[in-house]
Amino acid sequence: MTTETFPAAAAPAEPAARLRDLLAAEWIKLHSLRSTHWVLGVGALLVIGINVNSARSNASRLEHQPAVDPVNPDFRFDPLITAFVDPAWQILVILAGSVGALAVFGEYTTGLIRTTFTAVPDRRALLTAKAAVVAAVVFVFGTVVAGASFGLTQAILREHGGLSLGDPGALRAVAASALLAPLCALAGMALGALIRHATGTIVAVVGVLLLLPALFQGDTYRWVAEIGNMMPLSAWEVLVRNPESTFDPGKYPMTITEAWIVFAAWPLAAALVTLTAVHHTDL
Amino acid sequence: MDSLSFSAGAGEVTGFLGPNGAGKSTTLRMMLGLCEPSGGTVTVGGCAFRERRRGLRHVGALLDAGQVHPGRSAGAHLHALARSNRIGRKRVASVLEEVGLAEVAGRRAGGFSLGMRQRLGIAGALLGDPPVLLFDEPLNGLDPQGVLWVRSLFRRLAGEGRVVLVSSHLMAEMEHTADRLVVIGRGRLIAQESVAEFAARAAGAGVSVRTSDAVDARVLAGVLTAEGASVREVGGAGLRVTGISADRIAQLAFAHGLLLGELTTHAASLEQAFLQLTADSVEYPTGAP
Repeated sequence: MTTETFPAAAAPAEPAARLRDLLAAEWIKLHSLRSTHWVLGVGALLVIGINVNSARSNASRLEHQPAVDPVNPDFRFDPLITAFVDPAWQILVILAGSVGALAVFGEYTTGLIRTTFTAVPDRRALLTAKAAVVAAVVFVFGTVVAGASFGLTQAILREHGGLSLGDPGALRAVAASALLAPLCALAGMALGALIRHATGTIVAVVGVLLLLPALFQGDTYRWVAEIGNMMPLSAWEVLVRNPESTFDPGKYPMTITEAWIVFAAWPLAAALVTLTAVHHTDL
Repeated sequence: MDSLSFSAGAGEVTGFLGPNGAGKSTTLRMMLGLCEPSGGTVTVGGCAFRERRRGLRHVGALLDAGQVHPGRSAGAHLHALARSNRIGRKRVASVLEEVGLAEVAGRRAGGFSLGMRQRLGIAGALLGDPPVLLFDEPLNGLDPQGVLWVRSLFRRLAGEGRVVLVSSHLMAEMEHTADRLVVIGRGRLIAQESVAEFAARAAGAGVSVRTSDAVDARVLAGVLTAEGASVREVGGAGLRVTGISADRIAQLAFAHGLLLGELTTHAASLEQAFLQLTADSVEYPTGAP
């Protein structure tokens, strides 16, 4: 048993505790780190760049092609897919996941977490504010990247059936892509709170967000396919698919509704894991 | 940690001492609710710290210096801390001024020396103007000027009626810093008393007196014992006296017509007292040099 008692000093006058102050503090913390600006700035250019480049190469290929493919007359070019090139968005998944992870493990690896929790002993409130700020910032990042990717690629492809936001599936694809970023950031935070080490957390971010969906693929076993369908990247692929395209969804397809449920469940579960893990950790 | 129980009072600097691994930092972390004791309670100002929603106005703490993000500027670090507790920018500027970091507020903390990071940590502890201040090894890495500054800061904070608890593994540091000492070893309380009381524990403290012969020595010993001093005979005409000042011994000797050949005060070494007390509780003893 350990007992420390200080004479009860006159309770200092204290203004009411507000979540607003924690949000402001977390914004200052995120904003004051150069790494945040670098990761998000360079990341946005990279992802948009890859998508734009794919649109450009498609446009120049389509210039020199007959309107109807002589080999496969049913083939129709899908302009939407050029805005959502897989490798580009996989980079976004890693970047967003890392920003979220960094916001948490950065506090642990530098020891700052002790200073933070001494200033704000209410750990759950603090982590709620951190999650809200990180998710909001990364959502803006996702919106910019998704909006710019869609706008630029479709403008480049305007001669070849480029879409506008009003076309079927277009707005859904942009919204899902914008939301993919905060989803991954919150998953990154949860992994950061569980692992609390830099390298381990980043490996886990890559493993959970990229490798798991790649692992659970194929139609051989129903359960494998269904676990695969629960992964954010798989759900995202369903949501950005052009409803007009002739894509074969496989034996165990995911519906649009199921994909949105995956998009809602992950951030909620991640936030829950983060709050629980941090609340019970000895520092 | 084992049945450790002590108190630190307002208005004085309490030194919290123990060898490496004695549990000083763990105790401070428990006070701040950073880790949970397996049983029992820790209260600060009559309330478990984790029950509070905001902490800076209740307890200011400097745990290991370095507990700042190296990529963030000193100013931004303090600003974020202050903002979370609804403390204004003015206060940030004034604590930066107070610890002497105002000019480097825009520089990243990663480039700071250990001494500068200690100052930044102290600035953070002062932000909320709290009645209780905990400092874990605050003198590490400070230059002599910095040490003097920290000591006078602690004095001032205690003088303002605050509780100031300063941990250290070096007794010499505490000698000029603390009013009271709490000494622990292997998670147990070893001593809890004033610096003067603690110093008296040291063997070797006291006054050496030599009279002209053994008879005089015996007479003086009787006089001093009657005054409440404790006296030990050393050789024929020598005495080792504790519990009375050299001045008073000289007065008494003069009053009784005794000639003194030597009267030497041996300053008590806190370091020695500390080493003797904690000898059994050093966690990882080294071999003889």
